[in-house]
Amino acid sequence: MTHPEEKVQDQPALRELADDPASRKQFLKLMGGGVAGASAFSLFLAACGGNDEETAGTTATTAPAQTEAMAADGDLKIVNYALTLEYLEADFYAKVIESGLFSGASLELIKVIGDHEQQHVDALLGTAKTLGEPAAKPETTFPLDSAESVLELAATVENLGAAAYLGQAGAIKNKEILAAAIAIHSVEARHASALNILTGKSSTPDGAFAAPLSMEQVLPKVQPFIVS
Amino acid sequence: MHSKLIVSAVQEGTGLEAVEIHGMNRGSFLLKSTLAVGAVYGAAAVGPFVQRAMAQDAMGDIDILNFALTLEFLEADFYKKGLASNLSAETKELAQLFGEHESAHVEALTKTISDLGGTPVAEPTFKFPFTDEASFLELAQTLEDTGVGAYNGAAPLIEAKEVLGAAGSIVQIEARHAAAIRLLRKEMPAPGAFDEALQKQAVLDAVKPLIAA
Repeated sequence: MTHPEEKVQDQPALRELADDPASRKQFLKLMGGGVAGASAFSLFLAACGGNDEETAGTTATTAPAQTEAMAADGDLKIVNYALTLEYLEADFYAKVIESGLFSGASLELIKVIGDHEQQHVDALLGTAKTLGEPAAKPETTFPLDSAESVLELAATVENLGAAAYLGQAGAIKNKEILAAAIAIHSVEARHASALNILTGKSSTPDGAFAAPLSMEQVLPKVQPFIVS
Repeated sequence: MHSKLIVSAVQEGTGLEAVEIHGMNRGSFLLKSTLAVGAVYGAAAVGPFVQRAMAQDAMGDIDILNFALTLEFLEADFYKKGLASNLSAETKELAQLFGEHESAHVEALTKTISDLGGTPVAEPTFKFPFTDEASFLELAQTLEDTGVGAYNGAAPLIEAKEVLGAAGSIVQIEARHAAAIRLLRKEMPAPGAFDEALQKQAVLDAVKPLIAA
């Protein structure tokens, strides 16, 4: 069954979008078997609920090994949080592509963005596995009514993602994981900027300084898209 | 031409084996921990970003902020000079807005450095070899992309959480700028799934031709 194609309003910016060769950065990819886990959302509610996300740091009475374990535990929670957001984004774009709402240059852009999110999933999943149990892939639901509403939703989600990463920058202990999060953060910002422009909004809605969002602020906003 | 300049400088990254760890200051401790992580999880786990970050000289937060300040001075002046040239209405609007952001970044970084007891670097004199709107936008893209890479490369070395937060808040804006300019130039807003981290020296070498004095 074919879906009626609805073309996005022709915009100068979308015409002849060049396809930069996207180099797949295969970092932090680790082999691992499937891990049966609790549902994604319940895993992170458990992770975030009641936990002090402030700097754990070291105390005079904490043994080094314990501190390291605490740090890894904290990092796992953050990585799983990011992983869940990336799962949502990757799934969203996969469904959008499947919907047939887009074609031409706009479809091309959506495919590229979706590919980026999938690469983020791959990297974060690998990282999570090195730290402990990765968050399970959530089952998602997104409204896909029209090309316009989908672009709006995409813009919302990307801006949310960028703010979410920014909100966690200071909480990540491991420098390698921090470097990875930083590398992803700016890409989400690029996505957000482009989608803002395509939906008639400012590329920089926060002005000169981007505003972070906490886990407690972000999770309720994505809850509507998680079925289980 | 300028994109090539910066790319070639980036490719001169040093390998992991060339990194020397001196003393036990906090920066070194963190680098050592990261190496330990790499040993536990395997060499493949230590991404190119961390390699480049670790290959840099140990910098204090003030040095990092001054590095950022130099780049912000550069970008602010670039947009100012762009506005003084012949640009389309759309590009003028972009240059105006982004220039305001960079000026705000200059102000914020200057204040932070002073608050931390450091001395903000003096504003260099820049020269930008764009001749028309097309070359202006091409250089704009290169400068913004380079800014993202520079911040991303320096960020893991930042010690104070507040400074890291500020850097993150700024780099996100640079990334948004970069994407907007790329879109305007009909290029992909995000060239890859992960933004590269650039070494401080590579960045400084790349922007050196733009510094008149």
